[in-house]
Formats: sequence, structure tokens, C-alpha cells
Amino acid sequence: MTAVPLGPGAAGPGAAGPGAAGSDVAGALHAEWTKLRTVPGTIWLLLAAAVLTAGVSAAAAASTRCASGAVCRVDTVKISLTGVDLGQAVVAILAVLAVTGEYSTGMIRVTLAAMPRRTTVLAAKTAVVTGLVLVAGTIGVLGSVLAGRLILPGHGFSPARGYALLSLGDGPVLRAAGGSVLYLVLIALLSLGVATVIRESGFAIGAVLALLYVVPIIASVVTDPHWERHLQQISPMTAGLDIQATTGLSGLPLSPWAGLGVLAAWAGGALLAGGLVLRLRDA
Amino acid sequence: MTAGTVTSSGVRAGHDGFGQLLRAEWTKLRTVRGWMVGLVVAALVTVGVGLLAHDSCSNANGTACSLPLGPGGEAVADSFYFVRQPLAGNGSITVRVTSLTGQIPTGSSTGRVRAGGGSGPGSGPSMRSGLEPWSKAGIIVAASTSQGAAYAAMMVTGGHGVRMQYDYTGDAPGLAGAVSAASPRWLRLTRSGDMVTGYDSADGLSWARVGTVRLAGLPSTVQAGLFAASPLYTKIVSQSLGGSSGTGGPTLATGTFDQVALGGNWPDGRWTGADIGGAGAMYPQAPGAFHQAGGRIIVTGSGDIAPDVPGSGGGVNISQTLVGTFAGLIAVVVVATMFITAEYRRGLIRVTLAASPRRGRVLAAKAIVTGLVVFATGLVAATVALPLGEQALRKGGSFIDPVSTLTELRLVVGTAALFAVAALLALAIGTMVRHSAVAVTAVIVVIVAPYILATVLSAGATQWLLRVTPAAGFAIQGAYPRYPQITASYSAVGGYYPLVPWAGLAVLCAWAAAALGLAAYLLRRRDA
Repeated sequence: MTAVPLGPGAAGPGAAGPGAAGSDVAGALHAEWTKLRTVPGTIWLLLAAAVLTAGVSAAAAASTRCASGAVCRVDTVKISLTGVDLGQAVVAILAVLAVTGEYSTGMIRVTLAAMPRRTTVLAAKTAVVTGLVLVAGTIGVLGSVLAGRLILPGHGFSPARGYALLSLGDGPVLRAAGGSVLYLVLIALLSLGVATVIRESGFAIGAVLALLYVVPIIASVVTDPHWERHLQQISPMTAGLDIQATTGLSGLPLSPWAGLGVLAAWAGGALLAGGLVLRLRDA
Repeated sequence: MTAGTVTSSGVRAGHDGFGQLLRAEWTKLRTVRGWMVGLVVAALVTVGVGLLAHDSCSNANGTACSLPLGPGGEAVADSFYFVRQPLAGNGSITVRVTSLTGQIPTGSSTGRVRAGGGSGPGSGPSMRSGLEPWSKAGIIVAASTSQGAAYAAMMVTGGHGVRMQYDYTGDAPGLAGAVSAASPRWLRLTRSGDMVTGYDSADGLSWARVGTVRLAGLPSTVQAGLFAASPLYTKIVSQSLGGSSGTGGPTLATGTFDQVALGGNWPDGRWTGADIGGAGAMYPQAPGAFHQAGGRIIVTGSGDIAPDVPGSGGGVNISQTLVGTFAGLIAVVVVATMFITAEYRRGLIRVTLAASPRRGRVLAAKAIVTGLVVFATGLVAATVALPLGEQALRKGGSFIDPVSTLTELRLVVGTAALFAVAALLALAIGTMVRHSAVAVTAVIVVIVAPYILATVLSAGATQWLLRVTPAAGFAIQGAYPRYPQITASYSAVGGYYPLVPWAGLAVLCAWAAAALGLAAYLLRRRDA
């Protein structure tokens, strides 16, 4: 595939790797960065993640209205960040392909030959993907907040009626927006871990999306409120997205940061499992 | 190396026909272990997740939840206050209604209910005056006083004018506008054999026929008289994934009648009041009553005479047993996508196309094999999931609103078709995109997105998405009709879709057909 020209880039730092432990990590980082940077899909996926996040958010804000005179109990911040629900799917593709792309071309054997410390390879991949998603996520989320700030006042959510303009200077808004970026990063890490375990793009992305999207749908059908709450507490998506809530916090299954913590635990678990099987299995 | 021989024998085979091609594709699908495992997983999660869906019976007094069945076999709500006496043989009843007033819970409609309180205001006892749009009072002819009995009724309502309703599902409009002392409504029911005819009038002089209905098997002596009912007040508090939880409480309706005129043989000669379906009914009963003074009868009642809307506190929706379809679909989409993308990844596509140079036929063969195999998988999964899920729900004490055998059959076959058509969409998008990860994500997101976005989008936007996106296909799992004469939250997660079942599936089919067409075009034009 397109990974072929990466060979020299990956092998170069690898050759220097065994020399010193410090340059080993730097070399791995450099190698992973070169690989991801030069695969043509990466830039498009990053762009798609940012555009989809901001676009869907804008569409969600545009479809929300509050008739004059009515009292609309709407979390305007959460509405403005709706795009994260779909943008995360693109982030997941990016993270999955960062791993499975190497397996499908056999590149992984070159990578591991050049960089025998497998944990270092995974750590370097994690670092590079984190950096890229941080950038794309920040752009997407900022675009979402901006769209909400521009669109919502014209749809009945104006300061005159008690709905403050979205502003990052506002504590809860900053927490929701910053948390959404972190959410996207954690989704990438979760996907990276799952992909390292599964090694096959189709199956890996299927597993990640099933984990994200199926649990909330089941939770909504389970009408027993006790069960529903428990499912919402352990589901990586529902729990993680608690970070976006700015109203009705006491009614949430988890507090915003605890919710993000649940997602972090999922991501950490997936990465740990990925690191373990990467060390134990033949490539 | 071997590609040469495969090509030469393949060309000959290609001339032999389409059957060869189908066999080749079937062999490819069958021999990749991961795909077969994927299909088995699809079937297993469809059944397994369906078993997780459970519903705790919301009956407060601990008795088994069950609902009476109406003459059509559907689950019904049948609780109201009935001021009755027997009518032997044919006869008629005529009344004038001079007012309809009511009581609804306070605080609920004022918008003071803020998010944050998890449960919201319960059914607090404090009431204020007000009417539900479907609060009703009028006259009724019923086969008996037991719940689910056949009936026909003429009534004034809170917001929908005069109606004639019969056998729970029937509803016909009469005079419009609200009733008041200045603008009373005259109502009449005549019974002749099995036939009951309803009339209304604004002045008691010029009468208009609203409808005539046949109540099959109406006994010679029927129960007839005045009634009042008022459905639960519900207010949607929070929307979760298109489902919505409501809060509310019982409401009361009070009708004032005079000028009561009876025709025919009414042997008792006096009125008896009865709370039909009082204890254990789905509506917590506010006490019903009637007062008779002079020529005037005032009737107060709560409850409703209407079909049950599953998921609104009474019965459970049978399509809940198929909620695993979402999970199964993801596995099916993965397998169907990889059926083509794996050929690109391994370079096998070049061998395939060398062996069978007519590319449209290759795609057709793949589509047929995928469609049939996935249909079979879905059929097995749904055939097992439906009865197993029903059993699990009943074991948990739930009452499943009954549906006809034909509807159950449609749910099973429709679910299989939903799987198959979604798989074709995945195959087509896989052919276009050639990358598993991107194709799988694209298909899953278009199918799941409307449900995920329902948490935040307005109801209108969600309904629109469920009409035009491939997610419309889920309409095939809609099991119950939507009744205009009942106020309920008809949401997609609750099993109510904006499109009728087959139209929804047709939307998905249109997407799959368009995608396959584009895929065939691209497959021919592009280098493999």
C-alpha cells in the first residue's frame, strides 16, 4: 500500500535506536510521526474529524429552537457539542488504522525489527496519535462552540431570555469543551488499544463502534431505571459524554469528571491489553 | 505464478455461467473463518442482547401486570366511571351535555419542573382545574361491565369536539368546538340488534349521524348509560435516545348531563354508579362519582377507554425482544464490508477479475451471496430472539401487548431483510471505498446516528432523519399502530417510527440499490 515508501523513514531511527536509551524513545516517536504523517489518509481523517464534529454540532444547534414565551429546558452547551458523537467515529478510524495499517501491509515486522522494544513502539504510537487528535479535536470543538455561539441566540436562546452566550470564559463551558477534546483523545486511545489486540481494521473498528454505540441504545430500551443507570455508568460513550453536561448535573448517572474517568479506565484497559498481547504474540 | 492458470480456467468457467461465479463467491465467504464467526456472533448478540432488555412491572400492588384485551385482540385501557342500567333489546339514549370540566395535577404544566430532580414531581395529590385534550364524558352502550367489553360511545372531549368512539380503536369526529352551558351538545345512541348508531346535535332538533358500527356478538341485554374518563396527565421530562420519560398523574373529568331521554325497555328504572377497572387498573384511580338532582346528572371519572400504547406504563412492546438487532447489524456490516475490502487488501480482487472479467457480474454474485447468507443469519436470529425474548419478558412479570401472528411474522422476516439490505449497503460502500475501516464506520454511523443524535436533537429533526437516512429501515420493526385519539410519546426507541413498516424498509432498499449501482459503475471504471 502507501506504507511502502515509509520503510526508510522507519528503519532510519531504528538503526540509531539501540545506541542510547534516550534516542530510542525519540527515534520511535520520530518513526511513528513520519509513518502517520506520510500516509495520505491521515490528514483527510483529521480534517474529516474536525469538520464532522463542527458540522454536526452546527446542524444540531440549527435544528434546536425555543419558541418565544416557552421555557426550554435545554442544555445549550451540550447541544453545541453534539458533533462529538459522530466525530468520534472518524477519530476511531484514525487510531485503528495507525495500528492495523501496519499489520495489513506487513510493515509491522519491519517496525518491530527496527524497534524491538514493543512497548516503546506502542507508547510512541499512542503519543503521536494523542497529539494529532488533540489538534483535530480542539479545532472541531472550537468550531462547535463558535457555531453554537453564533446560531443559538437567533433560535430563541438569547441572553435576553436568560441563556448566556456560549463563552469559554465560563467555567462549565470550558470544562465541557476541554472535556470534549479529552473525550476524543481517550476514544483514540481506546481504539488504539482495541486495534492492537484485534489487528484487523474491519473487525477492530466494528468492535470499537459496537462498544460505543450499542450500549447506550440498549440502556435506553431497558426501562428499569436502576439497570439503565448502571449501564449508563459503565458505557464508555454515555459516561464519557457526561463531561458535556452543564445543567441538571445532580441528575446525571455520574459527575462529569467521574464519567470521563470511566472512559479513561476503558482506554487504559484497552491499551494495557494491547501492550500485553503485543509483547506476547508474534507479529 | 498460479495466476495464469486460474485466469485461463476462469475464463472458461466464466462462459459456463453465473452459477460458477456464485459458487466461487460462496466458497470465498464460507472458507474465511473470521467471517463465519462474525455471522455467528451477529446471530448470538441479536438474541443475547434481546434477552437483556427487560422491563420491571410498574404495578404498585404487586399483582401480575396484565391488561384486558379488546374485541380486536389488542391490549386496552378500560377504566372509567360508568352510570348505567341494563337495556333489554333495542332502544336509545339521548342526553344534553352542558359542561365538561376537569382536574389535572398542579405544577406540571407551568414549566417549573426543572431538570435535576431525578424523578420529577410524582403524582402529587394537589390538583388544579383543567382538562386533558382527550378527557371525555358522554353516553355509552357496552356489551357488559367487564373490562375489554365491546362498546360504542358518543362523547364530548376536552380538546377534540364531539367524537364517536367504539371498540377501543375506532374514532370518528362529530361537532367541533368545546361544550359549555351557552353552547351545549346533544348526543344520542340507538341500538338495533348488533348495530349502534351515534348522532349529535347542537340544539336537540336537527340531528346529524356521526357513525354506525357493528358490535359483533352484542348480547340482547346491554349495559348503557353515562360515563366520564380522563387519561393520565403526562409531561415529557427528559429525553433519552428518543425515548422519553414522563411525569404526570391521574386526572379527572366531570360531565354535566340533563334532558336524559331513554327509548326502549330499561327494566331497572334507576341509575347505578360503578368504577370500571378500578383496582389494579393501569391508571391510578381518582375516585369517580355521580350525583343526581332534579333532571340533572353529574358524572366524574378518571381513566381511559382506549387501546394501550406499549411503553407508556401499561404493556411492553414486543419489538423490545429484537433490540439486539443493533448489535447484530454491526457484526453483519463488518463481515459484508470485508467480503469485498479483503479482496483489495490481499490483491485477490485481481485474480477474481481476471477469472471473471465482467465486473458487474462479480459484484452481482457477491451481492446475491451476501444477501442470501445474511438473510438466513437474520432469519435464524430473529426466529430465536422473538420467542426467547417474549419468554424472558413474561418471566420478569411483564405483559407484552399482543400482536397478530402476521405481525410477528413480519417482525421476524423484516428483521432478516433489514440485516440483508444493510449488508448489501455495506458491500456497496466497501466496493466504493475499498478500505474496511472507513466503509464499516460509514455504514454503522448512518444507521446508528439518528438514534444516537436523538438524545440532543429536537423531535422533529430526529423524525426527519428517521425518514430519509438508511436508519428508516428499522420501521419494519414497528409492531403497533399509532392512535391519534391517544396522547403518548410515540418515539423511535419506543418502537414507533415516522414511516410505515414497508416504506421504511423501502427507503433502506433505495439506499442500498443506489449504492450498489454506484459501486458497479466505479468497479467497472477504476483499475482494481
